[in-house]
Amino acid sequence: MTAPPSAPGDRAPVTILPFQPEHEMFRDMARRFLQAECVPNREAWEEAGMAPRSAWRRAGELGLLCFRQPEAYGGQGADILFSVALMEEQVRAGVVGPMMSLHNDVVAPYVELYGDAAQKARVLPRMAAGEWIGAIAMTEPGGGSDLRGMTTRARRDGDEYVVTGHKTFISNGACADLIVLAAQTEGGISLFLVETAGLAGFAHGEPLEKLGQWSADTTELFFDEARVPASALLGGVEGRGFAQLMARLVEERLMTAVGAVATIETALARTIAYTAERKAFGQRVIDFQNSRFRLAECQTEAMVCRVFLERCLMKFMAGRLTAEEAAMLKLRTTEQQNRIVDACLQLHGGYGYMLEYEISRLWLDSRISRIYGGSNEIMKEIIGRSL
Amino acid sequence: MIESPHYTPEHEIFREGVRRFVTRECVPHREAWQKDCKVPRDVWTRAGELGLLCPKLGAEWGGGGGDAYHGLVIIEEQTRAGFSELAFYLHSDIIVPYIELYGTDDQKARYLSRMATGELVSAIAMTEPGAGSDLQAIRTRAVRDGDHYLLSGQKTFISNAQVADLIVVAAKTDPDAGSRGVSLLILETADAEGFTLGRNLKKVGCKAQDTSELFFDNVRVPVANLLGGEEGRGFYQLMQRLPEERLIMAMSAVAQMECGVDEAVAYAKTRKVFGQRLIDHQDARFKLAECRTTATLGRAYLERCIDLFIEGRFDARDGAMAKWWTTEKACEVLDDCLQIFGGYGYMKEYPIARRWADARLGRIAGGTNEIMKDLIGRSL
Repeated sequence: MTAPPSAPGDRAPVTILPFQPEHEMFRDMARRFLQAECVPNREAWEEAGMAPRSAWRRAGELGLLCFRQPEAYGGQGADILFSVALMEEQVRAGVVGPMMSLHNDVVAPYVELYGDAAQKARVLPRMAAGEWIGAIAMTEPGGGSDLRGMTTRARRDGDEYVVTGHKTFISNGACADLIVLAAQTEGGISLFLVETAGLAGFAHGEPLEKLGQWSADTTELFFDEARVPASALLGGVEGRGFAQLMARLVEERLMTAVGAVATIETALARTIAYTAERKAFGQRVIDFQNSRFRLAECQTEAMVCRVFLERCLMKFMAGRLTAEEAAMLKLRTTEQQNRIVDACLQLHGGYGYMLEYEISRLWLDSRISRIYGGSNEIMKEIIGRSL
Repeated sequence: MIESPHYTPEHEIFREGVRRFVTRECVPHREAWQKDCKVPRDVWTRAGELGLLCPKLGAEWGGGGGDAYHGLVIIEEQTRAGFSELAFYLHSDIIVPYIELYGTDDQKARYLSRMATGELVSAIAMTEPGAGSDLQAIRTRAVRDGDHYLLSGQKTFISNAQVADLIVVAAKTDPDAGSRGVSLLILETADAEGFTLGRNLKKVGCKAQDTSELFFDNVRVPVANLLGGEEGRGFYQLMQRLPEERLIMAMSAVAQMECGVDEAVAYAKTRKVFGQRLIDHQDARFKLAECRTTATLGRAYLERCIDLFIEGRFDARDGAMAKWWTTEKACEVLDDCLQIFGGYGYMKEYPIARRWADARLGRIAGGTNEIMKDLIGRSL
């Protein structure tokens, strides 16, 4: 696999994101790690259904994990633009697992924002080092976006909670050392920091076979009277889970959109390069009017998505991004991601259907974005209710 | 709400003035003007009196010395009031800049301040029956004859022609020189012998805006009225101005789709169907959510484009992207919004019906959207 050509369009003059030299250094380092240490192993990791622990440890050594956490907890106190740079590089390299953004931007912040001092001190440095891999378990076989319907229960018993239930579609589920688990408690939905090592009554399934994202494991989790200490209750108060989950969704959707826009730009760059090389009927594919028009349409849609993404990122950094805007962003960028990647695959013709061509993988890996982080139908509900 | 750092409280004050003029002095006459397929000449004079013409023109010429957001404010207020069709911007932000940017000192002195007051209303004549977006194919000729050019040919789809005192005409001064043979001439229509105003064409929408054919039969135009005083610069001048023209069209498209969504949401909240409000039906709610999302992206994109323009970084490709995307989405969104209204959406008394018809022009004017894609496609 070769590195994709540089991003299409006038990224540099157009961006309003305040990237600094330190972001670019971080980006370069991430790119080197991905190219040198992940890309060559991609097929093996896909075969295994996940990236090995050694990749996480190496990412931790390089400072690619939990860099937004405070320095006291092993982080670098970095801003979200570092996460943006890492996500963009990961997408451009075509590396799905290790799912660093899930670990960094979704799981760790629960501990940082809602955990008590002891929880933070125990969990965050280990996550930053890549010693512990994080996961979050919300979805159940009977409840996806519909969180209130969850049936996993955590019953208080002395100094412990006894957890029973069944989760599914859990990313990093097979490799996680720490699972942020949502369960019903007497006081409502609560989150627990579940340490999986040696936990009796806990089991995870084999990685589920998915349409794409093969190097990232997604599994079922089973809890059968699993006993966790009372100190595992995130923040120490029952019933806060629903509000905690809701509060984090804005950022999760924002990062999903970062991945979607990066995917769009990568697909376009690859497709422009391919159609400029490939000949058909005596001329380059890009010289056919239809190809040029389709690419022009895709580039414009990409530009609009990027502009809106950047506006949302700026608002997020200023603490002003609303749930409705995040829903609009997630909805539109992931829809466009799927449409544009599909149009790009079409311009590759038969090669686009062959897995040796990156566009086919982008196409397969993209399908999930319209479903996870709240399905796009849920996004429309959120927007629709705010009308 | 406009989020740009370039948008200031002064723009809001300007907006108040525009809104008063549009709602009090235009909207009450809209239907009559639409029947006439044009507005009375004094609408322009009145707009000039109120300082609503040429908001961007330099203050030394009697203009407002403002920026692209002033233009946006006028378009937004006209659109919100359901009177988007009258193209003040064509005069103020498209034609006046030709003279301000390319005119000789004499041309600027003769015309600009009178254009700012509305004493002179302008039109621009590029399109011909056989040449639209394909500008190099124009056949109108300007033949030098002493101190004059003799202008011959015909033009079509010319907005403001019914009221125009000045028409900037694109003509070939050297038919063998391709794009370098095109020049712009400023024709003063009063007593111009050989100049005939053709039919005021009936259109799908934009009813109160006149759109006409023009005929030139050896019309004498003084050499002093050659824009900029140098032959062969016309194609370059036109090309230079197109990004801003397309940005203005994007303003109109975004304003139009936002108003359409607002109206459709308001209607869906009051209209009852099968015992519940229309918006309580999931399909209607989802459609409107998508429309609102498109309009929100359109707004963010438009403001980014205007900011780039103000900062001098908005290029031809940006203009092409902004124009095709916003006009295409406006039509899609307005069609969905019209559908929300059911049968009422087909009745002209509902603004959504007029918006739907008016917006259709956006995909054609200012270079068709196919031309936009061609432009972008060539820069891949």
